[in-house]
Amino acid sequence: MNAIEELKNKMFLAANVQKNTKQQTTAFEIKNLKLWYASHQALFDISIDLPANQVTSIIGPSGCGKSTFLRALNRMHEVTDGARMEGSVKLFGEDLYAKNVEASYVRRRVGMVFQKSNPFPSLSIAENVLVGLKLNGISDIKVLKQRLEESLRLAALWDEVKDNLNRPGVSLSGGQQQRLCIARALAVQPDVLLMDEPCSSLDPIATMRIEDLIQSLKDKISIVIVTHNMQQASRCSDRTAFFYLGRLIEYSDTRSIFTNPINPQTEAYVSGRFG
Amino acid sequence: MNISSQYLNQQSTTGNFKVSRRFKNGFITIVLGLATLLVLSPLISMLYFLVKEGASSLSLDFITQLPKPTGELGGGMANAIVGSLVLLIIASIIGVPLGILGGIYLAEYGNKKIVPWVRFTADILNGIPSIVWGMVVYAVLVIPFKTFSAYAGGVSLGLIMIPLIMRTTEEVLLLVPQGYREAGYALGLSQWRIIFSITLRTARKGILTGVLVAIARVSGETAPLLFTALGNVSWSHNLAQPIAALPIQIYTYAISPYEDLHHQAWAGALILMFLVLSINIIARYISRRKAYN
Repeated sequence: MNAIEELKNKMFLAANVQKNTKQQTTAFEIKNLKLWYASHQALFDISIDLPANQVTSIIGPSGCGKSTFLRALNRMHEVTDGARMEGSVKLFGEDLYAKNVEASYVRRRVGMVFQKSNPFPSLSIAENVLVGLKLNGISDIKVLKQRLEESLRLAALWDEVKDNLNRPGVSLSGGQQQRLCIARALAVQPDVLLMDEPCSSLDPIATMRIEDLIQSLKDKISIVIVTHNMQQASRCSDRTAFFYLGRLIEYSDTRSIFTNPINPQTEAYVSGRFG
Repeated sequence: MNISSQYLNQQSTTGNFKVSRRFKNGFITIVLGLATLLVLSPLISMLYFLVKEGASSLSLDFITQLPKPTGELGGGMANAIVGSLVLLIIASIIGVPLGILGGIYLAEYGNKKIVPWVRFTADILNGIPSIVWGMVVYAVLVIPFKTFSAYAGGVSLGLIMIPLIMRTTEEVLLLVPQGYREAGYALGLSQWRIIFSITLRTARKGILTGVLVAIARVSGETAPLLFTALGNVSWSHNLAQPIAALPIQIYTYAISPYEDLHHQAWAGALILMFLVLSINIIARYISRRKAYN
């Protein structure tokens, strides 16, 4: 156990030193974010600060713009034809939409895990974890080996797969595949991990493992999680934002959102009266 | 057939309306069965005659010897077999990369206004009679260089392959779930990296199948070779000179007046058939496993 802790600490030492010296507690600083798909406006004027080294949940009914908001944080919406945005998104003070900033750079700093686990079917477990590093030009075998073990340990998958690293990634169970995707995202050492309903197709035990994993990651990395499941939001997040019809309705400590919401719409949603 | 006649027997007890319905069903079943037989019979009789007429002339000599001068018995088609393989290699060098790159453009890069037109054009090209391809290459490569050549033959076959491979590559790439591309983007990979290291790798079996089917399709083409490769009774040591090919050799032997050459034509056809069949079986085998994965 100590060895694992040591590894984890080593891995994030550099990043944490940097963050601590700058005394930053805000990861994302988002101002007046608006987003359209062709002529349909999906997000209206969203301004919100997301904290560093904490878990923030985004909740709300289907079609309220949760996933769209998440995708605007690492410029994934640009993959969709006809999507365009206005406003500013800053990560630790750096404007992610500045003209000289490339989308691929943003996505390496802001990792993402999807609703449906999607390990690459033609790659083994090890190749899946390392694909981001290899294709970004890292070929030193020592570094790759070390990163492989670190990432799988962080994703709480190492003990289950360490003897089968060359088997296809898709041979794992659903929950393991999702943790493999988390390991793949962590391998490029992002500052933030975005999770888009990561547990929606998993059984309760696999869900619990991922929630534990989120807790163990959050002192090293900032996490933003979109979830349909309000129990999940209340269990594993520090702050919660409620979205409705493309607008940010309420944003506060998770506890106050669930026990003492200010907005009547929030109260109706968290108490299960709609959504 | 058994089932339908059983139904007909049961019928008599349950009224006229159902009798006529059962009767129609039985009638249609018989008609469709006959139609199937009708469609299969040419194929079966063709295989039967190929083996019956050709097998007797098949020998080691046939695949290792050159044709004998007219009038002498014996000899083989070694030059035509090798010539066909050379033509297929030249055709693949042209057709496979261009076809695959075109398919990638259609599936991954193409802008919405151009893609339907490119796709439509490719479909039209797929429907063009192969003799037209031969004439085009004759005009473009044979007349200016004043000689029939292996190059010209290979190019005409390669041109036929391009639209075929392009459309199958596009279709297979579109089958690759969008989630894999998104996972690639989320790792900070560029579009071409994702295409070449992830999407193509995921779809490789389907693309390989498409390539094999295209090769099988052109390996039996005769018409485009008549004006381009021309044929050759001996070995060709220069790709800029006419080259022998199985379909041309079969054609020349079949229209000749000699009984012995007719048998050789049958044997050549048997070998060509075997070649096409085995390529098709390999393609089937690959594609029977999932198109991606």
